[in-house]
Amino acid sequence: MGKIKTKKRDTFIDMTAMSDVTVLLLTFFMLTANFIPLEPVQVITPASVMETKVPDYNVITVLIEPTGKIFLNFDRPNDKRAILEKMGARYSIAFSEQEINNFMEPTTFVGVSIAQMKEFLSLDMEDQKNYFRQSNGVPADSANNQLATWIQTAKSVNKDLAVSIKADQSTPYPLVRVVTSTLQDIKENRFSLITTLRNMPEGF
Amino acid sequence: MAEVNTGGGGHGAKKGQPKKLNLRVDFTPMVDMNMLLLTFFMFCTSLSKPQIMDLVLPVKDDQIINEDEKNKVKDSKAITLLLGKDDKVYYYFGKVDNAMYKDYNSLKEADYSPSGLRAILLERNANAVRQMVELKRQKLRKEINEESFKEQSDKIKDDPDGQVVVIKPTDESTYRNLVDVLDEMQICSIGKYAIVEMSEGDNFLIQNYLTKGVYGSERELPQ
Repeated sequence: MGKIKTKKRDTFIDMTAMSDVTVLLLTFFMLTANFIPLEPVQVITPASVMETKVPDYNVITVLIEPTGKIFLNFDRPNDKRAILEKMGARYSIAFSEQEINNFMEPTTFVGVSIAQMKEFLSLDMEDQKNYFRQSNGVPADSANNQLATWIQTAKSVNKDLAVSIKADQSTPYPLVRVVTSTLQDIKENRFSLITTLRNMPEGF
Repeated sequence: MAEVNTGGGGHGAKKGQPKKLNLRVDFTPMVDMNMLLLTFFMFCTSLSKPQIMDLVLPVKDDQIINEDEKNKVKDSKAITLLLGKDDKVYYYFGKVDNAMYKDYNSLKEADYSPSGLRAILLERNANAVRQMVELKRQKLRKEINEESFKEQSDKIKDDPDGQVVVIKPTDESTYRNLVDVLDEMQICSIGKYAIVEMSEGDNFLIQNYLTKGVYGSERELPQ
């Protein structure tokens, strides 16, 4: 009887094809990526059947969280610089170059009253988050409506800016009305509400 | 692990013959790294952008003019929705009069489900909805282009005989309620709607309805 020879098998798997696929997917994701913007509060927007997308640029985002705190952000860093400088001049607060640079970061929201702004901007990112937790958002009451001032200043810097409101779905209506009536007061009566997509029901 | 084996060398190879080069490169670490990056990108990106709903509110100075305009609305075409608390919506058709204030049953109750508010609006606005559905079908079959679709849908929504919806959110309603109602306007092809503040009379109606007439019998009817 002959010896049973166990053939030595090569267990080497060719990973080239696999690598091709992953690189392809990676490229796809990198090109289509728009990063989820870091927001100071997590907001769950209500759903609607509207299919219009948020414009790519020139957006003023007004965040309203369920307790009524208001946060503001502008999307162009250059606008942000001009806006902060103008706001500083208006309230006679001088912002240092470092503070302005901090403000120009896309993740920096306006979430405190203008008097606290200087202190807020001198903090680093982690402390800013904690600061937000204690702050009451941008004041928008009738006596001291800084929300209106911010938006008016922003409009004077770049008149193409459009306001969009991103509010949590459980926000009571009176808190949303504070913002909408402010916008009406400054004649910004055209704005958009940010929603998530819901499918159109069958048959429409 | 990139194997650039210079095979042979030992036995078998005849002298003078060129050495066989094994140029197989192991791609496993490369795939590992790609997968890692891929997962990162998948977690950190939002593929779909959020949608927006455009809203135009009247400028406050124009309120007086609007008051006049409101009166122009044909009473038979008006639907008033009062957004109450606990996701309830109360509605009435036409104009409020004294008879309505007296009878607490004049106010109807509905919810935001398809069988609630939508059914009512669809029934009232059946004509426009039918035209809209037909139009969308045409667009789907590519019989009309985007532009004429827009033009014609605007025309349907602008129909002077169409329904006019007055939305009045109470202080107990949430933002979600408001968006839901605005969404129903979209679904039911209602072109004319306005968000209006609650009036004393509307408050009275809701209170009267909730207390089944007790509230109204104790107080004077609002003007």
